[in-house]
Amino acid sequence: MRIALFATCIGDTMFPQAPMATVHLLERLGHEVVFPDSQGCCAQMHVNTGYFPEAIPLVKNHVKTFEPVLDGEWDAIVVPSGSCTGSLRHQQEMVAKAQGMPGMARRAALIAEHTFDLSELLVDLMGITDVGAYFPHRVTYHPTCHSLRIARVGDKPRRLLQAVEAIDLVDLPEAESCCGFGGTFSVKNHETSSAMLTDKMANVLSTKAEILTAGDYSCLMHIAGGLSRARAGVRAMHLAEILAGTRDEPWEAPTTTTRLGA
Amino acid sequence: MTTMATNDTTTSSTITEGPRGWAPSVPTPEDPLKWGDNFPTAAARTLRNTQMRRNLGHATRTIRDKRAMRVAEMPDWEQLRLAGSAIKNRAMSHLPELLEQMEANVIARGGHVHWASTGEEACRIAHSIAALKGATEVVKVKSMVSQEIGLNEYFAERGINAWETDLAEMIVQLSEDMPSHIVVPAIHRNRSEVRAIFKARMEDAPEDLSDEPPVLTAAARAHLRKKFLSAKVAISGANMMIAESGTLVVVESEGNGRMCLTVPETLVSIVGIEKIVPTYQDFEVIAQLLPRSATGERMNPYTSLWTGVTPGDGPQEFHLILLDNGRSKVLADPIGRQALHCIRCGSCMNVCPVYEHVGGHAYQSVYPGPIGAILTPQLRGAFDHHDPAASLPFASSLCNACFDACPMRINIPDVLVELRHRAVEAQRGGIPSFWDVAMKAASVPMSKGSRMGMAGKVLPLARVMAGPGQRFVNLPWPATAWSATRDVPAPPGQTFRAWMAERDKTGSAPSGRGASGRGGACGCCGQGGK
Repeated sequence: MRIALFATCIGDTMFPQAPMATVHLLERLGHEVVFPDSQGCCAQMHVNTGYFPEAIPLVKNHVKTFEPVLDGEWDAIVVPSGSCTGSLRHQQEMVAKAQGMPGMARRAALIAEHTFDLSELLVDLMGITDVGAYFPHRVTYHPTCHSLRIARVGDKPRRLLQAVEAIDLVDLPEAESCCGFGGTFSVKNHETSSAMLTDKMANVLSTKAEILTAGDYSCLMHIAGGLSRARAGVRAMHLAEILAGTRDEPWEAPTTTTRLGA
Repeated sequence: MTTMATNDTTTSSTITEGPRGWAPSVPTPEDPLKWGDNFPTAAARTLRNTQMRRNLGHATRTIRDKRAMRVAEMPDWEQLRLAGSAIKNRAMSHLPELLEQMEANVIARGGHVHWASTGEEACRIAHSIAALKGATEVVKVKSMVSQEIGLNEYFAERGINAWETDLAEMIVQLSEDMPSHIVVPAIHRNRSEVRAIFKARMEDAPEDLSDEPPVLTAAARAHLRKKFLSAKVAISGANMMIAESGTLVVVESEGNGRMCLTVPETLVSIVGIEKIVPTYQDFEVIAQLLPRSATGERMNPYTSLWTGVTPGDGPQEFHLILLDNGRSKVLADPIGRQALHCIRCGSCMNVCPVYEHVGGHAYQSVYPGPIGAILTPQLRGAFDHHDPAASLPFASSLCNACFDACPMRINIPDVLVELRHRAVEAQRGGIPSFWDVAMKAASVPMSKGSRMGMAGKVLPLARVMAGPGQRFVNLPWPATAWSATRDVPAPPGQTFRAWMAERDKTGSAPSGRGASGRGGACGCCGQGGK
């Protein structure tokens, strides 16, 4: 398949290891990955904070950048983030409509039909759960609210992880409850956000996992930011990073990236 | 009965007080719909009440698990939710006609109907009926609407004691508190606190009262029995009104509501106009959704239906007060009107991680939790930052658990976002806030790839500032709010964009893997695709 990658703004600028691993994984599986470099941000932060007019240039840019998918330029668009996938599917259309731009709303919705979270692309479109990965570590998986309840990726990430060779996958207690990030919520209501984070961290630590994984770097940044402050010794890794490595060729993010934890 | 106090300093000082084994959490506010501070301030205060957090965490988890079990055994739950939502949609589109039908049917069956556009008006009508009967005491069926309009306080100021008869509501009333949940008002109390409250405030509490639930309920039962037998007037709300027959419905767990609905000679029911459904068949759908969502029961123990008056049976005089209090204004709003579909089951509260941590009092309104965060500002028409209620739509991490739990499929997250939008718009034109500047500024690089690429030139600088630990632990305002409890990693030495570009140039990634490149489609133009 020929797949366009939407790296997400946080993936591009803060955690490039997630889109890097996505490229590596998909290429290892024999697919071609394209990076349309006029891409920016999905607009989730602006929409969720109530700044609708400011969200419009972002939506416009996204639509313009990824419109070629409608002409068959690419087979699909992949996003290494359930949250941004949810935003592309739900919020771009909503905000364009609310700002009186029905044409753009329709185009955003059409593009969203070709847009998939990484786990959906692998399981639903490519029909694989075993990507041939090898990862001999104790791992716990946080499903993240928007992956679960907006993008509706279901148990696909879990199935992918279960198929990884040598992995010790442990259940995260109260996995489906929010870590307290919520974008600007974590600043506007920082005391409440920190209280929610503390409970999430307690659950992560109770698993004795070495690595916390999720399909979303924003939630990982939040939880791992707390774990790092506590010097808890748990690393955060994106789902794509775990799936990228094989027994012969373990995945390692370039040294220019930084990782929270430990 | 209760004292009037609106001073917030009282709140913070009473939280730390506790030699009696309990402390009143919230003094009775002047406006029960919204009092005191904005949400972040009030939440910071309630977060420090560790006993409340323990009680609440335990209770919400229990109800959540029970609800999940009872919902899972329903093969048609999603269809029921769709049906419920459709019923309310239809009812709200025909509200005037349905209310008139309700009025005609109540009158035809011997009842009286009053229309109240404000809470004050409803209180005045209810009080004049009770006063006409010479009542000094009235018994009450648990009712959120009576909390919303401050009925008990209105009566108390005019010499009538209004006794709550729902066990939890009675605990809240005895402790001069405010409810913390719409279904489980005393959810923030544990049994040892309840024992202490009874000992301190219930004049006929037994000397040897223990904190065993059966002992506590037996004491409450004996206490309430006297009230039921002596009261001449009862006040109720209703879970539903059925327009085709003029019937009202109350669902409850204890039977105390039914005592109020059958024993006193006069019954006054105050009901929000949105509580109407057209037919008995509609009631059947909601009767399946409500108890499972509210308390995780297949069927609530008591479902009472009454229609007008029946000679020789039940109240011989029946008054229905139809309350607007801001509801028709909400109905006129195409997005926000969904809030009127609420059947007050409280399931959004039980699944909300924000509610679970801060408790109902942090919302500073009788309607707490996710539904309160969309209902309260709308009922009050509060969209600008001068009103603390305008902070409520931001009191959510938008985790969407409330939407999945809502039996009526109210899209609470979408309404929250819309109300945030309105709060932002209400403020435009004045001195820009930090957020106005930040969001505008962020919109520029984030809407263009070439400008995003500039970030790659700035990031190495931040990397130097982060120091050898490659993490920030102390950021300047307002990011302090983040870095107080969370580390921030140093940005990468190279953005993904730059890595991709380098990889295309050299034909292989800096990490050394063979790559097919990004293909010809957008390698040449930077516009994506052709």
